[in-house]
Amino acid sequence: MGEVIVITSGKGGVGKTTTTANIGTGLASLNKKVVLVDTDIGLRNLDVVMGLENRIVYDIVDVVTGNCKLRQALIKDRRFDGFYLLPAAQTKDKNSVSEDQMRDLCNQLQQEFDYVIIDCPAGIEQGFKNAIAGAEKAIVVTTPEVSAVRDADRIIGLLEAAEIRDPLLIINRLRPHMVKRGDMMGIDDMIDILAIELLGVIPDDETIVISTNRGEPAVLDKDSLAGQAYLNTTRRITGENVPLLNLEVDGLIFGKLKKMIGIK
Amino acid sequence: MLEFLTRIFNKDNNTSKNLAKERLRLVLVHDRANISPQMLEDLKNDLIKVISNYMEIDVEALEVNLDSSDNTVALVANIPVKKMKRSLKENEEQIS
Repeated sequence: MGEVIVITSGKGGVGKTTTTANIGTGLASLNKKVVLVDTDIGLRNLDVVMGLENRIVYDIVDVVTGNCKLRQALIKDRRFDGFYLLPAAQTKDKNSVSEDQMRDLCNQLQQEFDYVIIDCPAGIEQGFKNAIAGAEKAIVVTTPEVSAVRDADRIIGLLEAAEIRDPLLIINRLRPHMVKRGDMMGIDDMIDILAIELLGVIPDDETIVISTNRGEPAVLDKDSLAGQAYLNTTRRITGENVPLLNLEVDGLIFGKLKKMIGIK
Repeated sequence: MLEFLTRIFNKDNNTSKNLAKERLRLVLVHDRANISPQMLEDLKNDLIKVISNYMEIDVEALEVNLDSSDNTVALVANIPVKKMKRSLKENEEQIS
């Protein structure tokens, strides 16, 4: 029986889809059987981030309405064995799937895969409820901004109300030099406020934009700092104890970081 | 330049990070408490019930509010007392 993990945030644009793509790809690169499920019906994006947009025939709504078999809708990612994407529907809306249908779908998928990673839509309405319906664990993605943290806090409350206990936190787009200057909340500040366990910290990094342009998750790029941070985060999901990347501005990797973040 | 200097001298208090953190802390107290008027009303009624065991209070004039000032959020209750109950007095006599 595999694990069903939902990646959520409340606020849009904080990097849920990027995180789903990178963690999923990371897990697959560690020889796990992984399926990514895009539940953002109407605003499908995980397919383009993964570079699989040209291969979609059926989608999640086709599956739950019995229009096709689950197998037919799963798109094989050729980069790794046992790595699949179940795309969202683009022309339907979020009410095309019910919470019960999602629970059934997750049950089926977890029979076959080690990890079922669900990309949740922004917001707290039906799409969110569907996305978390079949999930056992949750990863909350936030960025060091007041709006994103506030929404993350709300989401944590809603997850608890739905009895998804102990969500884990990913802090995305951290800019160490801004933290150092006192112009951005740091890791400790955010853990202090949200009071949940930290899973990973992803630095703000241009390589994410480039990898998304290409449809190749940054986690596969050894030269990408964010990619390395995603790989470490992925390893922690599998139970490995991996220390946080050194993002100290005055640390050894200062030069590299400067280059990565693009400070002159 | 001036901004740079103020930053150096107020390193720990005036940074935008601390401002963000402080604002968040306050807004989250409200978000989490999610005090609806109904909930506040229920709380008020429960308070009346409990306090009435010990003293007679002016129910009409009773006020209960969630108050946020500089950096704290407090439950502020203003409860006018009309009369103390005799049993309380007896207790006091026993003690002295």
